[in-house]
Amino acid sequence: MKLNYRIVIFALAIVFGLVFSMPSILQTQEGKKVTLGLDLQGGLYMLLGVKTDEATASRIKSIAASIKHFSEKKDILVDSFKFNKNSVSFALLDTDDSKTIKEFLGKVDGAKVVVDGEHVSLSLTPTEIQKTKKQAVDQAIETIRNRLDQFGLTEPIVARQGKDKILVQLAGIKTQEEEQRARELISRAAKLELMAVDEDRAGRINSMSYADAASYGDLILEDSNNPQIKYLVHEIPILDGGMLTNASMGFDKNNRPLINFSLNAEGAEIFGDFTGKNVGKRLAVVLDGKVYSAPNINERIGGGSGQISGSYTVMQAKDLAIALRSGALLAPIYLMEKRSVGPSLGADSIKASMVALIGGFVLVIGFMLVYYRMAGVIANIALIANLFIILAVMALFGATLTLPGMAGIVLTVGMAVDANVIISERIRELIYQGNSMHKAIEDGYSNAMRAILDANITTLIAAVVLYVYGTGAIKGFAITMSIGILASMLTAILGTHGIYQMLESKIQKSKNNRFWFGIKG
Amino acid sequence: MEFFKYTRTFNFMGKSKIAIVFSILLVLSSYVVLATKGLNYGVDFAGGTVVQVKYDKPAPIDEMRAKLKSNNIFDGSSISEFGSPQEVVIRMKTTTGSVTTDIGDLTRKSLKGTGNYEVRRVDIVGPKVGSELKEKGIMSLVLAVMGILIYVAFRFEWRFAVASVVALVHDVSISLGAISLVGIDVNLDVLAAILTILGYSLNDTIIVFDRIREGITNSRNVNLAETINESITRTLARTTLTSLTTFFVVFTLFMFGGEIIHAFAFTLLVGIVVGTYSSIFVASPILLWFGFDVKNYHVKLADKAKREAEKNKMRAQFESGVM
Repeated sequence: MKLNYRIVIFALAIVFGLVFSMPSILQTQEGKKVTLGLDLQGGLYMLLGVKTDEATASRIKSIAASIKHFSEKKDILVDSFKFNKNSVSFALLDTDDSKTIKEFLGKVDGAKVVVDGEHVSLSLTPTEIQKTKKQAVDQAIETIRNRLDQFGLTEPIVARQGKDKILVQLAGIKTQEEEQRARELISRAAKLELMAVDEDRAGRINSMSYADAASYGDLILEDSNNPQIKYLVHEIPILDGGMLTNASMGFDKNNRPLINFSLNAEGAEIFGDFTGKNVGKRLAVVLDGKVYSAPNINERIGGGSGQISGSYTVMQAKDLAIALRSGALLAPIYLMEKRSVGPSLGADSIKASMVALIGGFVLVIGFMLVYYRMAGVIANIALIANLFIILAVMALFGATLTLPGMAGIVLTVGMAVDANVIISERIRELIYQGNSMHKAIEDGYSNAMRAILDANITTLIAAVVLYVYGTGAIKGFAITMSIGILASMLTAILGTHGIYQMLESKIQKSKNNRFWFGIKG
Repeated sequence: MEFFKYTRTFNFMGKSKIAIVFSILLVLSSYVVLATKGLNYGVDFAGGTVVQVKYDKPAPIDEMRAKLKSNNIFDGSSISEFGSPQEVVIRMKTTTGSVTTDIGDLTRKSLKGTGNYEVRRVDIVGPKVGSELKEKGIMSLVLAVMGILIYVAFRFEWRFAVASVVALVHDVSISLGAISLVGIDVNLDVLAAILTILGYSLNDTIIVFDRIREGITNSRNVNLAETINESITRTLARTTLTSLTTFFVVFTLFMFGGEIIHAFAFTLLVGIVVGTYSSIFVASPILLWFGFDVKNYHVKLADKAKREAEKNKMRAQFESGVM
């Protein structure tokens, strides 16, 4: 028995495979493990779209709010204030103010301002609209990620897909309730607005249509608890959640959960100014288009903090605080694709594919043993090493094992022996031709090599295409196939060659071809 | 143990006419089935919703149907058993866009009162995503075939490449015909299986072609049919063995891998059988009929060897400092 470089590399590969696959097999605390795909461990996969059109609309709305605030502060009188999805227009009662207003509007990014006598209009430029839409997607990704990070699941994945789609993957969701909570947290707009109640017309609300309200620049909003109760509020909010610095869950004096929030300096100033000027009127706390409370303003409120009370459970209040803290979604999101797998189904799939893997494995190993004798044993060593190496490489690179991925491993077991079948057949052939054992082994390997390489590379081409164009679980299939093919080149070609070289003198001495290669002679 | 002894050469090419007639019939009938019955696209490609529900007793399918009638969002839905009497899948064409309350939630609610059940899987694929996945799927098939074609043309010769691609088209056509005949839902996993068949069938073809190439290069025999027969005979043990081992594992996957992997395993089973057959009886005869010129190939090889030798000579001269 002689050591050679092939056997050394093979031994190192086996050690590598054993060491790095152990954490996954034994499920140890330490060490990198193979991640199970959502289809095996249960979880939620969603592809979300972003309604970016609404992002520009809300941008215009907040510009409108700032114009309102500015004109009130500077005592500029404006009339016929109108805004739609992408422009704001109004008229100045005193054209002397046009210079001041022009200067103020000039500071708004990406806006086209036209001042024509008393008529002023502002619209967003096409590049600004594009930018706003892109920002809306960026912001949605960031916001959803922030929210999920605080939700308490292990390693949520939030990523951009394509230009304007968001991929969300939540592994380890155990119950229906948990999934529901996560989905509500993700999709919640969490748009907080403080709005002034239109006290002049509030008495007529029951006879007013939405169109009537709009003609006064008002909105009719429902109460969050009781949709029968309606409020008439000024359409342009006093301020919105963008000025929020913090939100947390607290309790009121009756020990009911509520949300405490605080505003930044600018927000606090606007809030203070407004409450100072509107003592005796009501202020509506509006969240996602529903009025949570509308307390009377008793005095000027400085300091910039407030509360949102409503009837929610502790869990709901907690999630709401998370949503508010992580910021509002500039644009609503909608569901494009969803894959949800319960943990019990995942466990069943693991069990079934393990049975198939072990069953297939035993069949192949038994077959090789009967057909090739010792050559079969050597091929089987390579096959087993191959399995460990696949697991180890997947664990090291953090690859995900999916159900199709398991199928890929099963298939690799069938195909990995192919190389050894080709080699063994070549060696048998050369022995029959009366070659020496040394020549039979060496030529057997070199003759087989070309075919094995070509065959494996073409399969690899198909696997790579599958990886690039595949989605989700299918990518997992491409990964295990590719790793399996590469590992089989190492184990089945290099590894077994090394073993033969090491045993060559023994094989020559024994002259028992039936024992070594399963043939007569 | 030995299945085949290399004592005599089988005359495969002599039977190739019968085989080709058989193949053409199979492919044509596959197309007839595909044209009349069509492919049964699943949610991945057609869009729609699949809800998998498991009961603690045999699923009350009639009762479930009655319950689903209450909401017209479930119009055109179908319920079928999935692996066991306790488990069913509900398939529908409709999808919803709301993140918080989707069609899966609606289904769960509607089934209330039909017994103890657990919703184990919900797949919702919006129409836009479905058509995107379809586009990507077709793209991946085309790219895989092209990549393989280029590689084989580069490593062998263009006639080998065309012959192997004809064999691939043959295999994929028959597999698709079988899928259509059995009425399997065509989803992403079936596409993955078809791509695997591409790789596998080609694997087989290449092993045979490699031997043919070797036979052509090493022997002075210019009768291509004889060389092909000899090469196929020599690789027959390997072809049978590998096909058997692969068939074994896929068969266990089919039997024990669970309902979800069924379509995938079935497609592979068909593909392995057809792929093995085609590498012997489709790819090789085509090579013969394309009039692959052995003499010409020998001349080319000799030229190449000559060029190589000259290059080596130049290099040797350069290294020894003559130039």
